Formats: sequence, structure tokens, C-alpha cells
Amino acid sequence: MNHSQSSAGLILTTDGIPLKISLKKAERVNKIRAFLLVSPLLIFILVTFLIPIGDMLARSIDDRQINTVFPKTFEVYKKWDRQGLPSEEVYKTMFFELKNSEGYSVGKASTRMNYSKSGWKSLLKKSKRKFKKIEEGPFKEKMIAIDKKWGDREYWLALGQMVDPTTMGYYLNAVDLKYDSNKNIVQQKENRRIYNKTWIKTFKVSVLVTLFCLLLGYPISYLLATLPMKYSNLLMICVLLPFWTSLLVRTVAWMVMLQQKGVFNNLMVMAGLIADENRWQLMYNQTAVVIVMTQILLPFMVLPLYSVMKTISPTYMRAALNLGASPLHAFYKIYMPNSIPGVSAGCLLVFILAIGYYITPELVGGKDGQMVGNWIAYHLKTTLNWGLCAALGAILLAMMTALYWAYNKIVGIENIKLG
Amino acid sequence: MALPAYATTGQRIGYYSFLTYCALVFFFLIAPIFIILPLSFSASPFFEFTREFMNFEPEAWSLRWYRQMVGISSIGDTTVVSNKWMLGTRNSFFIGIIATLLATALGTVAALGLSRPHMPFKAVLMAILISPMIVPLIITAAGMFFFYSKIGLTHTYLGLILAHTALGTPFVVITVTATLTGFDTNLIRASQSLGADTMRTFFKVIMPLILPGVISGGLFAFITSFDEVVIVMFVGSVEQITIPKQMWAGLRQETSPVILCMATCLVALSIALLTTVEMLRRRSERLRGIKQR
Repeated sequence: MNHSQSSAGLILTTDGIPLKISLKKAERVNKIRAFLLVSPLLIFILVTFLIPIGDMLARSIDDRQINTVFPKTFEVYKKWDRQGLPSEEVYKTMFFELKNSEGYSVGKASTRMNYSKSGWKSLLKKSKRKFKKIEEGPFKEKMIAIDKKWGDREYWLALGQMVDPTTMGYYLNAVDLKYDSNKNIVQQKENRRIYNKTWIKTFKVSVLVTLFCLLLGYPISYLLATLPMKYSNLLMICVLLPFWTSLLVRTVAWMVMLQQKGVFNNLMVMAGLIADENRWQLMYNQTAVVIVMTQILLPFMVLPLYSVMKTISPTYMRAALNLGASPLHAFYKIYMPNSIPGVSAGCLLVFILAIGYYITPELVGGKDGQMVGNWIAYHLKTTLNWGLCAALGAILLAMMTALYWAYNKIVGIENIKLG
Repeated sequence: MALPAYATTGQRIGYYSFLTYCALVFFFLIAPIFIILPLSFSASPFFEFTREFMNFEPEAWSLRWYRQMVGISSIGDTTVVSNKWMLGTRNSFFIGIIATLLATALGTVAALGLSRPHMPFKAVLMAILISPMIVPLIITAAGMFFFYSKIGLTHTYLGLILAHTALGTPFVVITVTATLTGFDTNLIRASQSLGADTMRTFFKVIMPLILPGVISGGLFAFITSFDEVVIVMFVGSVEQITIPKQMWAGLRQETSPVILCMATCLVALSIALLTTVEMLRRRSERLRGIKQR
């Protein structure tokens, strides 16, 4: 080591540059070339995929929307000491800002205000209509005369949550918490606690699906890995065909299988195992979600398991048997420890994919089988509460990233195989 | 893994119950896909096997849903032409093919870079480039909906194509990188020392060798786009119908057996694609001299 270091300075290339520098230069050119090849895709992914995701993350804490509608009100609001009702000045600025604002932006702002305290939306709508007739003060009395809510301190306190341009409110909502009127974090009302249940349900379904995939996938991977190639190639098609078949097609197929008059129930009735009138309710509940997702994600368990098991030499087992171990003991002591990398790869992959599922729970889950993904879609499409939608998405994404990181550490992302 | 001749009765029972279990799992995997094939020829408007259908009575079997799928259906004496499915097919192929071409080009070039020995930050880059495959579609759809509506890409074909390209590239990167492992870089040096320039080396030496990987990656990207519904629903407009979107609508609103016909066609397509990819994989292994055990 020492020798090469001391002599490195002396070795010169034909142009008279020290070899080390020359090599480094060549290395750098190679690095830049390699990077240039990757850069088009990197930029593409950045623009079409990563920036949109970042935009969603920004939206989960963004609370500026309302500040652009009532900027002056918030300025004077900050001076309020939160004792009694706000001053006439606050009422006055609120009055004019509401009166002169566009209906569209008020609608958006009032939706946001309603998240902090329900009642704001109807209050603003009603007031904006009636404000047209009022020309001059005193605004405080006149506004309270229009609606008693203007004289309710709770409503004014709720505004305090929106003064800052950012909020953690959506994240709190996503785990069944909220700010109270004094900006303390409290639990949601009993009947509005839905998200913690949904998170638990999502985990439960994903764990069950992962477990069932392992239970079903391990034996067949073992079979595939130990059969001679000509048979295993044929059986492999049974694993790969579902992998290649449209997700919707498979979901439709399961609807045909599991519905009340579906194939499964028909067979059971025909076999006399259940009576015609009390057929099993297999569709539109969590059971359906677990069954269908297990079948859909099973190939993602089998492929990593198979590729690991393929590398376990059959001579290990033979040696163990030769040394007097019973087949079960040999399997438990020799084969299973060797297949653990495949198990962890498969389980992580299935769990990662299961936790964000949306289509299958939506179609076969009914009310009982809705997962977090479905709530994200619901808020995106139906309630338009995009802040909450983004917060739910961000939490889910954080979990995914942690799992993905673990996967990368344990398996190495470059080892993902497709068929 | 055959049973040795000296196996005990217990071992035999264990072995055969293991085989039965495996057979059941394979059945569980494959049966649902094939159950829809016969049902698409049923005359019944519901997804069920009627008694008449099971007894092969001619009037219970029909091609009416297939006729409806291609746009011909008759209510009474009048022929109604509704071409939503055909429109969907056209759109699906249009979006799918362009997205595939883009994804294949971008992915192949990136994979070539990633496989170079000098690539800096290889693991991080790989993780980023694969992420569209891992992030749940609903999150991707939400993000794209927010961002694309800001820059006016929602309700456009360009938006859908870009989104599907992003989803498809990880598959190309993975398959081409896999083909490039064990790629003999001396071949490139040989070609260059014989006077070929970079482009010629790429098209005459590298490309023929990695072509199987490129094509299977492309097919993966195509099927991803062809099967994708969440982004089409959120980023696309109401008129931008694709096959999966129409199936989705069919399942949620007007449960019509036409869905089963389309599903049958899609199964046929996936069998064709699977066969192609398998053949390519074997060819690639042969080319690179990886022996089958």
C-alpha cells in the first residue's frame, strides 16, 4: 500500500500528467457519461411524478386559501385578546371583505372554515346575501341582528386556527384529533372518529393478506423450485398468468365467484352443505377484500420466494437427511433458514402493495371493507376536502417510504424480478 | 423432488397431501380467470350460471353481449349502436402504445447508464426510478390531479400519456437492467476498436443483445397502461373512456355481461403477452449463455 502511494506521484502518462490524476479524470468522464444516460428519465420522473407528489405533500399543510379571502380581517383579528367578543373594527373589516368578495372564493373559504367549526358555511352564505342592504355601521350590532352566530365567541375563536398560512389541522383530522377553539389538540367527537378505525382496518387487512399469501405461496414456491424445469415452467404459467391479467378482470371474476348467486354459493347449495335461503354473504365485506387481494397479490409473494429457493442447493437437504435428520426436521433446520431472504422480500412487497390498495376494496369491500385508499379517493372526488385527502396520502406515503427503505436495505431494489 | 422408494407411509401421506395443497393453491390462482370465459357466452343478463346454461340449451348460449361490445345491439326491432367499448379500446391502445414507446426509450437509456460500473449514487437513483411502481396508485393519482390541474394537463391525452409513461418506466428499467447483468463489456470495446462509432455500436452490438429485455419491459409497460384505471378516472375527463374505465363504470352502475366479454378478450391478450415474454426470456438466457437447470 505504502509503496504504491509513494510511487503514484512519480508514474507519468505519456502526456506528462501523473497517472492518478489522469485516471481520476477518465473516471469522472465515465461518471458524467453514465449520469447523462440516466438524466432524461430522472428529469421525466421528477416532473411527471415526484413534483406532483411533492405538490400533494405541500397541500396537506397549506392553509393560505382562506387568508387570501379575508386578509385584512386576519390582520385586525390578531390584535384581539380573545376575551369577550372582538372589537367593532374586526366586525367592520369582516363585513366589507365579505361584502366585496367574489361568491366563488367565499364558497371555498367557508368550506375551509366549516372544517374548524361547522355552521360557518351557512352563516357566511346567509350574511353575504343580507349584507347588500346594509351601508353603514354600527356593524357589530347589525351583524348579530342578522344571525346570532356573529355574537357567539366560539365562532370567532375558531377563526384563530386559520390565521397562520400553514396548519397541522389536516394531519390531526387524519388521526381523529382536532384543534379546539383555544388551539389545544383534542379528540374528535365520538361519532366522527373514523380514521383510526380505518388505519387499523387497513393494517389488519394488509397483515392478513400478507399472511395468507405466505401460507399459500411458500409451498408452491417450494414445489416450483424443486420440480424439474420442464414441469416447473408449465406450473409457473399458473403464477404468471394472473400477474399479467388485468386487475379489473380478476376482480370481476371474483364477483362472479363470490356473489350470493355466484359459483361458490351455487356449488355449496348443490352439494347440500348450505340451504338455498341462507347463502353465505361473501361479497361486499372485509372477507371478500382479503380473499380477492390474496389471490391478486399471491404472484408477488411467489416470485421472490421462488428466486431465492432456486438458489438453495438440493445437496444441503440431502446432506441433512443423510446425517439422520427426519425430512421435517431437515426442512425446519436447513431449508427454512435458507429461504428467509425470500420470505422477507415477498412479505414486504405484498404488504407494501396491499396497504395502498384502492380498486379492489372499492369494488368488493362494501361499506365494511373500505381502506385508507378509499377515503383518499372519497375526499378527492366527493367531499373535495383536499387538505385531508393530502394528509391521509402523506401519512400513507410516509409508511410506504419506511417499508420501501427497509425493502431496499434487506433485499436491494435492483433485485426486484418480474417473472 | 420425487419421493424415494424407501419412504414410509407417513412420508407418503405427507407428500401427497402437500401435492394436493399445492394443486388447490394453483386452482385458487387460476380458476377465477377461466370461470368468466364460458359465462361471457351466456344469454342471461346476470353474472350467473343458470340451469339452462349448464344443460347446454341452445337459447341459453348467445353471442349477444359480444355483439353489444363491438357496438351492435338490438332492443326490439331497432338496432342501437353504442360504441363506448370500441371507443375505449381505441383510446386504450392509443394511450398505451405511445406511453409504451416513450417509457421504453427513456427506460432503456437509463438502464444502460445504471448498469455502467462508474454510476454514482446508483442505489438512490434506482430507488427513485422504481418508485412509481411502489407508490400506491391512489396517491399518485391525487398528486397528479392536483399538479396537472395547475398546469392544465388534466382532461388531456397528453396528461394521461405522461402519467402512464411514468408508471411504465420502472418495468423497463428493471427488465433491461436484468438483461444487462453479465453483459460482456468487451464486446463494446471490440466494436469500438474495430472502428464503429457510439451509435453504430449501440444499434449493432448492444441493442441485439438487450432486445429481449427491452421488449419484455415494453410489454410490461403496455399492460400497466392498458390496465390502469385510477389515474384515468381522476386525471382524465368523462369523455376519455378507456377499457378499464368502462369496465369500472360497468361494474359500479349497469352491471352488464359485456364486461365479461371484454374480460375474456383481455385474458386472451394477457395470454398472448405472457407467451411472448416467456419466449423472449428464454431467448435472452440462451443468448447470454445462462443454462437452464
